[in-house]
Amino acid sequence: MQEMMKNRAKALLADGTVSRVIGWRRGEFSYDVTPAVFETAEELERDFVFDAFCGANVSKYLIRESAKDGGRILAFLKPCDAFSFNQLLAEHRVRRENVYLIGIPCAGKADIDRIKKAGIDGVLGIAEDGEDFVVSTVYGEERVKQADVLAERCLACKSKRHPVYDELLGEEGEDLPDDVRFAGVAKLETMTAEERFDFWRSELSKCIRCNACRNVCPACTCENCVFDNPDSGISQKTAADPFEENMYHIIRAFHVAGRCTDCGECSRVCPEHIPLHLLNRKFIKDIDELYGTYRAGEDDGTKNPLTSYTEGDAEASVVRERGRA
Amino acid sequence: MKFLKRTDLDCFLTAAAEHRTIYVPIDEEPNKSAYRRYKPRTPVSQGLKTTRSAKDFFFPQTENLVGFRIEDKKIKILDPRTEHEDFAVFGVRACDARSFGILDKVFLSEPVDTYYQNRRAHGLILTMTCRRPAETCFCTAFGIDPASPEGDIVFTETADGWYIEPKTEGGRDFLAPLEEFLEERDEGGAEEAKARTRETMEKLPLAGLKTDSFGGGKTKELFDRPEWASLSEACIGCGTCTFVCPTCQCYDIRDYDTGREVRRFRCWDSCMYSDFTKMAGGNPRLTQKERFRQRFMHKLVYFPENNGGEFGCVGCGRCLASCPIHMNIVKVMKTLSEGQDEQ
Repeated sequence: MQEMMKNRAKALLADGTVSRVIGWRRGEFSYDVTPAVFETAEELERDFVFDAFCGANVSKYLIRESAKDGGRILAFLKPCDAFSFNQLLAEHRVRRENVYLIGIPCAGKADIDRIKKAGIDGVLGIAEDGEDFVVSTVYGEERVKQADVLAERCLACKSKRHPVYDELLGEEGEDLPDDVRFAGVAKLETMTAEERFDFWRSELSKCIRCNACRNVCPACTCENCVFDNPDSGISQKTAADPFEENMYHIIRAFHVAGRCTDCGECSRVCPEHIPLHLLNRKFIKDIDELYGTYRAGEDDGTKNPLTSYTEGDAEASVVRERGRA
Repeated sequence: MKFLKRTDLDCFLTAAAEHRTIYVPIDEEPNKSAYRRYKPRTPVSQGLKTTRSAKDFFFPQTENLVGFRIEDKKIKILDPRTEHEDFAVFGVRACDARSFGILDKVFLSEPVDTYYQNRRAHGLILTMTCRRPAETCFCTAFGIDPASPEGDIVFTETADGWYIEPKTEGGRDFLAPLEEFLEERDEGGAEEAKARTRETMEKLPLAGLKTDSFGGGKTKELFDRPEWASLSEACIGCGTCTFVCPTCQCYDIRDYDTGREVRRFRCWDSCMYSDFTKMAGGNPRLTQKERFRQRFMHKLVYFPENNGGEFGCVGCGRCLASCPIHMNIVKVMKTLSEGQDEQ
């Protein structure tokens, strides 16, 4: 796949269809790739990488890149990245005419933290071998099943289909059932209110307020976030009491409700491994149950149930009724 | 040399905890640990490093500095400071141990930061050698020996326990009531363990990292390098690197109005944030490129320039492990060093 992508990118650069390519740049180790913009065939040849560790969603960078003059940018989007892109498109945050999209298939991305959790450290190199990763380390060679170190979001993948693209490389996939995706939320729903409160207090108390979840989130695109505005009275540095970190996450979850495509970047980047995706997924599940199945990023966003009104909408009392159940 | 058997660690820490509060790294999940107050029979993490550094003990993420209340038309000043309790931090690695020296240069130089000084005066550092360094480790680039950490007491780890060497008066006093848990052993085992650590460090991918291109006086050479643009292009402007960093020391001071009084507090700040150093008239660093450059110039040029050549990085590798987009000081150093060779 990497070679196909590289060749296609070089061809599109050569014939002038695009002037730049956004992809992933090789790192120091086998897993530490960085999103990067490539401008020449030489750069692509030297540094462009696409492998099991290219999980970072590049859609959000396209807000900035598509606003630039000087030709179109080529972006390779995995299905979940394409959902994010489409949602940004619906919110008029990207200039579609400045982006050339190639949909690429995705079999799930590896999570280096899960490899390390298996007790593997001192990594010198990681190679794919059939269904396994062979990890050479300074302490010897280790082998793990690729399926065992998939990122959580990939285990709960919602779709292998690209809702938007200009062309596809490889075969298009299909939507996947939601039961796995909502299993974690369903488990939280069976807890008592007190247990749930304790669960979130315990998880959110780990927050170091680095804002990585917000800054990486393709749905968080405010020009100036309320938490960054010193005049708002609740700016990021005003952690006046320990509950405030909790409020930050709760407010953020409300703000992206109905717009979150469940790309899982928030949980991927959290240095404290807080399962932030569960907050967003709760909203997604609730929206599905109250308004019918809805996937943000599926289309142009006009049908977003939280921003459109129909006579059959749930009444405000639904909160009380559901709380009683 | 004194030796503590692995099987005796719990008794040792339990007895020590009768004299002062002990903090130890505890596993929250596999390969992820955090410092917690020691409680008997709690297993101490075998992991290499805590996710957050140990700087929190002396420079917490947020603390109240002073309060103000109006009483009888007069402003009453409230001082929240109390004498800090005696405590010890167990299992600190050589990188973190060095970081305290770096923080000292900032907080204990005139004017002395009494909040920091108070904690520092009451805290003992019990350091541990590294048996299994990770690929993200590069402390040796900054002259740190993970087989011989600084600290009040050094624990040299072997398969079945630790050789123990007190290095300061405080360390000796700490050990005095704990002698019964220690045995005498030939120190050959300690030397062997140290040699193995040093050998491993040489095999790690970042072993050859060079600092030659950096240091005091390099501002002009490095500040306008074109590579800053591509190095910073993917930076999402979060504060992860700064908040897991053992040496990042920038903070902000704010007032919080509780309705009855005003609490003036400080909290960690990050040069990666858009409102860092925002002041009347604006912000001196308008784009992420400038904010990004500030962080690395501070650690690699400005800090050594102001502190006798000492770098503001200890090579703990936390930022390498935590950065959402895997951009880090090593990539910055390598890229800028390469460019310099070509020039």
